[in-house]
Formats: sequence, structure tokens, C-alpha cells
Amino acid sequence: MDLSLSTETMGDRTIVRVGGEIDVYTAPKLREQLVELVNDGSFHLVVDMEGVDFLDSTGLGVLVGGLKRVRAHEGSLRLVCNQERILKIFRITGLTKVFPIHTSVEEAVAATD
Amino acid sequence: MATVELRFSALPEHVRTARLVAAAVARRAGVDEAVLDEVRLAVGEACTRAVGLHQTGGISAPVKVLLIEEEKQFSIEVGDEAPHAVPGARADGAGPGDPDSDAEEDEMGLAVISGLVDDVEVSAGEHGGSIKMTWPTTPPPTILV
Repeated sequence: MDLSLSTETMGDRTIVRVGGEIDVYTAPKLREQLVELVNDGSFHLVVDMEGVDFLDSTGLGVLVGGLKRVRAHEGSLRLVCNQERILKIFRITGLTKVFPIHTSVEEAVAATD
Repeated sequence: MATVELRFSALPEHVRTARLVAAAVARRAGVDEAVLDEVRLAVGEACTRAVGLHQTGGISAPVKVLLIEEEKQFSIEVGDEAPHAVPGARADGAGPGDPDSDAEEDEMGLAVISGLVDDVEVSAGEHGGSIKMTWPTTPPPTILV
């Protein structure tokens, strides 16, 4: 199982759909993708984690890094996740307070602060 | 002796293998299905940390994972060979003391482990460290023939 990544633009939001396992081996690919998007001027990101089977602290680190980058441009990084096993990791690390987590891409795209 | 012992080169691509093996042995040992996700995550975090310590320290030795099935419990011990600064015995400039982002990620991994596993022992010495995590097991239901 590897990491799959695809992007799609909806208005001023860029959806990053992630599938597979995000760990110490695959996380650098996600980091590259997020860095590339920000460098290309996409500052409002929605990371769709519905296809993610596994996420560890390395993956969390990449998401936090992405958040720091978009915030430097007054952007946003929202997550879409309904899987309890993944949500639990955000909860035990206290990151549910850091990331807005939505139940659907539509909800995340419509959200404003 | 450990039920299953695994040694792997300190490379990120092998951490997944360690997760899969640990989860398979844990399942066989009778760790509750609902807890297997936690076992997988915790062992992955411990191995990721060990790989990072070996890579940072330029250590060519493999990372060692011991999977130990005992009566009513299952333990996983992940050992590294990175010299850790012993508290109170720290020489000038010794040990991986750089307060950089690696240290932060290391702490995040430990935070996840301690959030997930109730029974964790972290030890560290001059010749290496280890993280030992223990879960209760439920005996398989008696099969009446």
C-alpha cells in the first residue's frame, strides 16, 4: 500500500485527496505536494483524508507544516475525515483544536472562519 | 526468548513491515481486535523514532523489535542502539541534544504512544534505548469438541 495523491480546484479552494498510508516513508510525498501547491499560489487547502488507511505522527507533522505555510499567506487548511481511527490520533495529540475537521468536502469548501 | 524477533535496517520503508508483523503476532496472541489499530500505530511510532535516531546518529546497526507473548499479556519492545544522554551524567556536547525539529517529531511520536498505550516503559542508556509497550490479551474461547 502506497500513498495516492490527487488535486482538484473548487473556486478558490484546492482539494487534496489523499489515499493509502501516511507514515515516515510516504509523508515526504505529501509534504512535497503541499509545498508545491503553496508555492504555486494555492493558499486555501482542503485535505480529504477519507481514503487514508493509516496516519502516524510523521503525517501529523506534515499537516502542521502545511498549516504553517498557508497561514503565512493568510490561507487555510481544512481536513475532511469521518474515520474514528484517524480522528483519534488528532484527538490524543490535541490537534483537533488546531485543524478545522469537516465531515464532507462540500462542507469544508463552504466553510468560512 | 521473544515469540517473534524482527531486525530491520534503519530505513523508513521497513517501518510498515514492522507494523504488519506486529499486528499479525498481536492478533494471534489474543489482543482484542479493537485494540489492533492502536498496536499498529504505537509500534510504528516506536520504530519511526528508532529509525530516526539511527539515521541521525549514523548508526548502521538494525532496529530490533521483540514481540513477546506471555500469559494474559502481549508486549512489544522496540530497541535502538543510539547513545542516549543519561540524565545527570551528561558530558559536554554529548548525546543527540540539538533542539531542532527532529527532537520535536521525536516528542510527537512519544506523545502518540503515551496517549495510546497505558503500559509503556521508556528506557535509555549510553548503549541504546528501548520502548516497551504491553497490552492485555484475552484467552481464546474454549473450543468444545
